[in-house]
Amino acid sequence: MNIIVCVKQVLDPEIPPAKFKIDPEAKQVIPPPGVPPVISLFDERAVEAACRLKDKQGGTITVISLGPEKASEVVKHAIAMGADEGYVLQDEAFENLDSFGIAYVLGKAIQKIGGYDLVLCGRQSADWGNSQVGSILAEILGIPVITLAGDIEAVDKKLRVKRIVRDGYEVLEAPMPSLVTVSNEIGLPRLPAGVRIMIAARKQVPVWKAQDIGAESSQLDKANAHTEVTSLSVPTRKTECEIVTGDTPGQAAENLAAKLAELL
Amino acid sequence: MDNKGVLVCGEIAEGKLAPITIELLGVGRKLADELGEELSALLMGSKTGGLGQEAIAYGADKVYVAEDSLLDNYNSDAYTQVAANLCLKVLPSIMLLGHTDVGCDLAPRLNGRLGGGLAMDCLALSVDPATKLLVSTRPVFGGNAHAGMISKSARPQMATLRLKIVPPAERNDSRQGEVIPVEGKIDPSALKVKVVDRIKEEVEGVKLEDAEVVVSGGRGIGSAQNFEMLWELARVLGGTVGATRPACDDGWAPMTLQVGQTGKVVSPKLYIAVALSGAIQHIAGCLGSKYIVAINKDNEANIFSVAHFGIVADHKEILPALTAKFKELLSA
Ligand SMILES: Cc1cc2nc3c(=O)[nH]c(=O)nc-3n(C[C@H](O)[C@H](O)[C@H](O)COP(=O)(O)OP(=O)(O)OC[C@H]3O[C@@H](n4cnc5c(N)ncnc54)[C@H](O)[C@@H]3O)c2cc1C
Repeated sequence: MNIIVCVKQVLDPEIPPAKFKIDPEAKQVIPPPGVPPVISLFDERAVEAACRLKDKQGGTITVISLGPEKASEVVKHAIAMGADEGYVLQDEAFENLDSFGIAYVLGKAIQKIGGYDLVLCGRQSADWGNSQVGSILAEILGIPVITLAGDIEAVDKKLRVKRIVRDGYEVLEAPMPSLVTVSNEIGLPRLPAGVRIMIAARKQVPVWKAQDIGAESSQLDKANAHTEVTSLSVPTRKTECEIVTGDTPGQAAENLAAKLAELL
Repeated sequence: MDNKGVLVCGEIAEGKLAPITIELLGVGRKLADELGEELSALLMGSKTGGLGQEAIAYGADKVYVAEDSLLDNYNSDAYTQVAANLCLKVLPSIMLLGHTDVGCDLAPRLNGRLGGGLAMDCLALSVDPATKLLVSTRPVFGGNAHAGMISKSARPQMATLRLKIVPPAERNDSRQGEVIPVEGKIDPSALKVKVVDRIKEEVEGVKLEDAEVVVSGGRGIGSAQNFEMLWELARVLGGTVGATRPACDDGWAPMTLQVGQTGKVVSPKLYIAVALSGAIQHIAGCLGSKYIVAINKDNEANIFSVAHFGIVADHKEILPALTAKFKELLSA
């Protein structure tokens, strides 16, 4: 089974809010110094889902990341987890694309790789979280899509996917190839270890430019963008927190209960 | 640009208009009035009964109803086909969906097919008075920031709206409107994904989204066994338990109880946050609570910046006494 996983490198989403700074003019986030970017949470789980399928079925995993050259770090992270090959899609023309532009570039790279049974994406990115690249990409590739997967199995040349919904899940069956977006319910990603880390460190991660994948400049023209960000701001929240105390923790708890009982 | 009007993609839940649909009709009415255009709604289901008329009472001028046994439950391929075909006929300028199980799947697919411009999980929707464009405000970077988004030329301008952000539309049964059946059969050859099963995972007691009291636990709770203390407190208060993502990942609480940006959004009267740091992605799911209470041993934890009351201590020293005292007070 041949799987292609799309991964994104993002600002570490778990930085404390106090470190989060933006440039409202440029409508960009200013990365805090000394905090290395990471693989987007759900994309890492997509790699995990791919590794589990490979553990059972065999096959290959190819990882692609649209981003700066430094995005080779997240590709290597995926290789250390169990992926076989990886490419970075980097070109000046790929910068600041909207979801359609990103899906277009990923689609071109996937068509170049070819021979896939399954394409995996994270359910949304941990930074801008536009939550639509996977579905648009499936439309471009002309393949079925299932979103928000909590489990993926391959049975009799078909995909069996558990799709997470509010009060439970659905079991869906799709032909191959299909595209599936992965949610965190799939479970924790494996930690890269031992020889895999060595393999990843030595692996060459080629960089593909627009011309390498045949991406046309008309499709990358910002004037044709479907969406635009017109403002970026940090919401202010001001709550006065009353710290409840007591002679002992138990006493503090009782004082708190008394206060809350009055409000309910 | 030929596209005109606002189209709300409605949802039917247990034979009724879903609450989010009534919220969307309120927002949609306002946007349509500001543009001086029509508000229409689309309802899909095996039976839509009198719900078309009801959508009119909540503000729609026209309601398109698509009835087909294939639309009984949500089926991504079938719903996408029907909604896309209707959009190509009606050519709405704006299309609104709920940020629900249905909307989260349907909106991006429709957008991919129609080539529109989509903003997901919006907190506010308005019309720019100068340009008449839809301005969608949505959380980005987990809620650390809010972004305003527009679509200059792509149509429809699409948005999914977060639940319970706006009040429901007011019902007025004397409102007039038109219910229009959607013609045409669903092409079964386009249904590639088969729904094999639907499993409901019932959790004991009150439903998280409806609970008046939610006691949530995080990584600091330490074990599934310690989570029992949260259940106990929740039972005494007639509420239920929520959890952070790490607590769900570790299996201390079922995944269906995750609160936050990628879990459930709750707005109880009382939200007791125990041994959780208050990451922005978590509090995105509970900021609508009337009172937030934090119990955390770290006085610098971010949860104290959104809480109304707090205790700085080990939760194991607090919960038993808190539960016992509530028991005493509430039985008095
Ligand atoms: C895109 C994205 C989406 C996300 N969506 C969600 C979501 O929907 N919901 C969600 O919850 N998270 C979500 N997260 C994860 C989120 O960023 C945080 O990692 C998570 O909420 C942290 O969980 P926590 O507070 O339980 O753990 P921690 O941040 O580790 O906090 C544990 C807290 O427990 C306290 N503590 C420890 N021991 C004790 C003790 N004995 N007594 C009292 N206090 C103690 C500590 O002081 C600390 O404050 C998301 C992340 C990303 C990137």
